Amino acid sequence: MKDTKETFIRAILFFAAFLTVGITFGIILTLVEDTLRFFSEIYPLEFFFGKTWSPTIKPYSFGVLPLVAGTLMVTLGAAMIAIPSGLLAAIYLSEYADERVRSILKPLLEILAGIPTVVYGFFAFVYITPFLRRFFPEISAYNALSASIVVGIMIIPIVASISEDALRAVPRSLREAGYALGARKVRVIWSIVVPSALSGIIASFTLGISRAVGETMAVTIAAGRTPRLVNILNPEDWLKSIETMTAAMVEIGLSDVSGESIAYESLFAIGFTLFLITIALNAVSHVIKMRFREVYK
Amino acid sequence: MKFEDLNDKLFAILALFATIFGVFVLAVLISYTFYEALFWLDWQFLTSPPSRFPERAGIYPSLVGSIMAIALVGIFAVPLGVGAAIYLEEYSKKNCIARFIEINISNLAAVPSIVYGLLGLGLFVSTLHLKPGIVLVGSLTLTLLVLPIIIVASQEALRAVPKSLRENSFALGATKWQTIRSVVLPSALPGITTGVILALSRAIGETAPLIMIGAATTIFTPPKSIFSTYSPMPMQIFMWTDMPKEEFLHGLAPAGVITLLAVMLSMNALAVYLRNRYERKLKG
Repeated sequence: MKDTKETFIRAILFFAAFLTVGITFGIILTLVEDTLRFFSEIYPLEFFFGKTWSPTIKPYSFGVLPLVAGTLMVTLGAAMIAIPSGLLAAIYLSEYADERVRSILKPLLEILAGIPTVVYGFFAFVYITPFLRRFFPEISAYNALSASIVVGIMIIPIVASISEDALRAVPRSLREAGYALGARKVRVIWSIVVPSALSGIIASFTLGISRAVGETMAVTIAAGRTPRLVNILNPEDWLKSIETMTAAMVEIGLSDVSGESIAYESLFAIGFTLFLITIALNAVSHVIKMRFREVYK
Repeated sequence: MKFEDLNDKLFAILALFATIFGVFVLAVLISYTFYEALFWLDWQFLTSPPSRFPERAGIYPSLVGSIMAIALVGIFAVPLGVGAAIYLEEYSKKNCIARFIEINISNLAAVPSIVYGLLGLGLFVSTLHLKPGIVLVGSLTLTLLVLPIIIVASQEALRAVPKSLRENSFALGATKWQTIRSVVLPSALPGITTGVILALSRAIGETAPLIMIGAATTIFTPPKSIFSTYSPMPMQIFMWTDMPKEEFLHGLAPAGVITLLAVMLSMNALAVYLRNRYERKLKG
């Protein structure tokens, strides 16, 4: 009797754990099904290499390149803020801060990741863009720059906490060997500690970037909803309204499209592309961490 | 002082500056929002429905809708998440199925939230034919989203329970489940509670997946049941930032942001309080 109960409970708990695998399959099935339906009407070549995105206004066009360019732009801008700031924060927390300072700074940094993204979007649109206008009078109300800044700030904790773990895993003896050779602290950090922790640090960059790619509300509110094939190297393009892949999904989601239209199906095609990109980045980060990890005993 | 010493000091200052840079920017932005919200954030704002006249507009229906949805997410996600964590930590042998499940959970945590919205749309709306935009669909979608977070936090809490406690219980003749229920879970409870509340406060700030499942952009009455359409708080804030009038951008939107942050802050304060209380109980 007792045994049956124990087995029954075990089965229920296994079901709960296995449900997570069900979620993954659910995501893949949902995305693949509607993406295939989309590709039965729009050639994949037209989707992946088309230069115009206009899913709801005639003439319809489903070229995803402008959206990919928008996403790349915001992601690059965010990385330019989060990578230096996150890495330096990790170095400070692991090499300089004592336990007391660290126990204050770390939770403070974590707050950055806990603020809802819609709030970051509000900050960028209502406060940061008008502030930037003092320096760039020609900046438009919606622009990639302000979106990049807030997305960069929100991924600092991801970069900082994973990099810090990697830095702290570098054994003390390596640092001491550096000091014994007469090196200063800065020198020890940049020539010994950071290179030894490089795999973990690069993994943190990859995860941060993957978060920036999937970020939705901040970029929708701040960067606008104008699909344009931007030139990332052209500074003027940073001051104009763009559209990311995620913002395009929000736009379609807000407009009244029926379950049968191509616009509705295109939602899943973009979603699937997004899913593949983030999973690939995640896998890359995992491989880097495993493959190039120096094992210290 | 040698040049190299100066270099050392400068770098330490630069690194400290980088650490507090983001926090500093956020603090300035929140203070400014708070300042702008002061004039608008009153009882009338908290108890009125939205309106196109800024002075009459409020957040009441969204506030009620968000709290209802989050309560429902808690009801769905806590048993599933804690159950999964118990299985992975206490029952599963570390074989390849367990490893597969764990890798899968870490991958799920990296999936963008908007993709969960598509899953919710495909699964609950298209396949199960639930009405789009209702509290139930929103809660189910958010449940899928926070499940990995709750599992990982609960696993950590369970792992922190010393092995000796379990062995004492087995030695007294308790079965596995009895041990888990009356020894392991109570000791892990503070950690689990903190993880759950953090996950729920993430869920209350989510917008993108709810847009995908068709949550209403504006709603004038609070949802009556879990089958009513609702407009979560972040959605209402999004709509206010989309309005051209200054009063919406610099009045109602800041007031909405402060309300949302206040709800999240109270949830986190509750987490800290509960953790301290349980911890004292365990020790005392």
